[in-house]
Amino acid sequence: MRKIAIYGKGGIGKSTTTQNTVAGLAEMGKKVMVVGCDPKADSTRLLLGGLHQETVLDTLRNEGEDVELEDIRKPGYRNTICVESGGPEPGVGCAGRGIITSINLLEQLGAYAPKEALDYVFYDVLGDVVCGGFAMPIREGKAEEIYIVCSGEMMAMYAANNISKGIVKFAEGGTVRLGGIICNSRKVDNELAMMDAFAKKLGTQLIHFVPRDNMVQKAEINRKTVIEFDPAHVQAEEYRQLARKIDGNKMLVVPKPMTTEELESLLIEYGIAN
Amino acid sequence: MKKTAEIKPEDAAKELIEAYPVKVGRKRAKQIIINEVGLEEQVPEVMANVRTIPGIITMRGCSYAGCKGVVLGPTRDILQITHGPIGCGFYSWLTRRNQTRPAGMKDPNYMPYAMSTDMQEEQIIFGGEKKLKKAIEEAIDIFHPKAIGIFSTCPVGLIGDDVHAVARDMEEKHPGINIFGFSCEGYKGVSQSAGHHVANNKVFTDVVGLIDTPKQGKYKVNILGEYNIGGDAFEIERIFEKAGITLHSTFSGNSVYEEFASAHTADLNVVMCHRSINYLAEMMEKKYGIPWFKVNFVGAEATAKSLRKIAEYYGDKELKDNVEKVIEEELGEVEAARKDAASRCAGKTAMLFVGGSRAHHYQELFRELGMKTIAAGYEFAHRDDYEGRKVIPSIRVDADSRNIEELKVTQDPERYRDRLTEEDRKRLGDEFKFKNYEGMMPDMDKNTLVIDDLNHHEMEVLIEKYRPDIFCAGVKEKYVVQKYGIPLKQLHSYDYGGPYAGFKGAVNFYHDIDEMLSTKVWSLVKAPWDDSPQLTARYACE
Repeated sequence: MRKIAIYGKGGIGKSTTTQNTVAGLAEMGKKVMVVGCDPKADSTRLLLGGLHQETVLDTLRNEGEDVELEDIRKPGYRNTICVESGGPEPGVGCAGRGIITSINLLEQLGAYAPKEALDYVFYDVLGDVVCGGFAMPIREGKAEEIYIVCSGEMMAMYAANNISKGIVKFAEGGTVRLGGIICNSRKVDNELAMMDAFAKKLGTQLIHFVPRDNMVQKAEINRKTVIEFDPAHVQAEEYRQLARKIDGNKMLVVPKPMTTEELESLLIEYGIAN
Repeated sequence: MKKTAEIKPEDAAKELIEAYPVKVGRKRAKQIIINEVGLEEQVPEVMANVRTIPGIITMRGCSYAGCKGVVLGPTRDILQITHGPIGCGFYSWLTRRNQTRPAGMKDPNYMPYAMSTDMQEEQIIFGGEKKLKKAIEEAIDIFHPKAIGIFSTCPVGLIGDDVHAVARDMEEKHPGINIFGFSCEGYKGVSQSAGHHVANNKVFTDVVGLIDTPKQGKYKVNILGEYNIGGDAFEIERIFEKAGITLHSTFSGNSVYEEFASAHTADLNVVMCHRSINYLAEMMEKKYGIPWFKVNFVGAEATAKSLRKIAEYYGDKELKDNVEKVIEEELGEVEAARKDAASRCAGKTAMLFVGGSRAHHYQELFRELGMKTIAAGYEFAHRDDYEGRKVIPSIRVDADSRNIEELKVTQDPERYRDRLTEEDRKRLGDEFKFKNYEGMMPDMDKNTLVIDDLNHHEMEVLIEKYRPDIFCAGVKEKYVVQKYGIPLKQLHSYDYGGPYAGFKGAVNFYHDIDEMLSTKVWSLVKAPWDDSPQLTARYACE
């Protein structure tokens, strides 16, 4: 079982990219579980064709200790398994602690047990690595491969660099490695070259450049991944490619995060200066 | 072993920090001072109220302990709810430390209860405000209290539960009840001192000044910083009553809400524990014009001196005569007990590491017994408690202290009343010191050790080097010290003894210390097999 976590700046398209990639893997016949680690609980909407109604934490709250795996797992597109951690409303409580609790519960309930025969588990994690709870998926070997969704925008790259710092911290004592950068294009000038250079500087690879296409929006409004909504569309092929690349990826590294100065000079070289 | 007089304090100070890494040693050296009292009570500077070095077993407590456990805890009719996981509330349950005496069976007394929201993982994740509201509702249903205090523990601050908003909401729902919250999360500040300040601020803004009806009686005095440990406040109450002084309110031993709420109507504030409550004294002076000075009711002489100062403040012959009469009457019994105990205790040595005033106050009682305090220090005091208030302008306010709110206080346009006339001021002169605290160090001998925030390593070094006859600290230290064969007197809880304040308290103290020093039990602490083997054996293969 490969354990993958997707990180990246808020709003960069982590959930969309994750679900479309997972759809691609599912098409290839892989058994995939997606664990949404965002209190909004919208990381599995496209695979389920709507919002997941029973998050782990809500169920735990309503049912007490008497929680069954089937209460919190929902089958999605092509038998993908969808789980949402859930969490508090904005501004209250501790979402980080919530993620820790729900991942622990999933483990105890045997969601990762060999009999489940999972090929992949994907963690879709909110925003930047903001506190211990959000780092949970990369601690203690829960996720071993990280992919960072990024674009040529400066703040997205800052975030990706910061996430790399978090990975280094946990890589030292554990098994977590960076698998690559996924560029979710924002049509920034020179984006492909810049992201390629950025990935290399981090000691990793630009695993795939996902072009911008309105089809993604269209599928999303229909609560579907592109692969399900319009399987013949070129954008569906992009996600299939990404899925294949991840499936065949052997390049797992401890990243080399840049200093702020290095990052800025890279931006100037490829971006603003041109 | 060397006698105390032969031990050079410089050597001891050096030995205390020998085991430390250089940087740690350098920091501790600023907190380990050889006392010297110069002209005008000038003493060396001691570093205090700074962070404890991580990894060191400190004697300190936390901000929550200072706020809930120390300052507010002893009030019997403010219902106190700890918002947090159960441990904080349970371990700050004060039943056996601070005493209280409701006037009648029907008078509320919540001190025998420990109330907590018992936060669980669910509240940590989803927020605990709902559970807190429920707890308040439940408390109101059962107890119908006049006032409710909500005390924040660490997780409350981490997850951002707003106890003040909850207090406001609940007060709107129950307009007859004064509900207030304290942001006294344990991690705030460097010690429990931060919690005292938080408590002072809230009591000042939300309680003091709400009731304008004064108590009936002459010479209305508030005692600040007396927490009725072991019944100390009862003894002070007895003496006040005998002398004809009206004790308006005690903050907070054996106290009730209404006394706090009307405390601004008193004539005078006298301060016992300077560290934990000087903020309130200062703020009440600014807002209501109540002067304050430091007193000490620990020690018979100190009690007499404090009573005379109160009488002097009023300048009233009747009161002065009363006070003299009381002192004379009481000192007879005290003197007999003192002489008897001193015949066995005199010349013996003590070390005191406790509190933010107690390590100073209790030296009085040891002095009366003819004993010598050879080392003393506070857990949570600031420089002014060591060196005197004169150093306040030179105290560097660091970021940790800035984190604790400093209230801006102005004169109350209606209720500010200057308690002293020009004539009073002239009569009292400059000799009569208001807002004074001379600090502990000027009262200590030259070459004694003054150590701030003592830790267990240093405590063991001190004991091995000096072998004092008695050590005074808290329960965390008690059994370690006793295993050295040295008696330890707890001065946080008095080992359930006391009272030790006032005249009767002094008699109790002489007696208890005499007993502790005279018993042979400590010489038996050493295990027999330490001296000579009890069993002999040989190898079978020999």
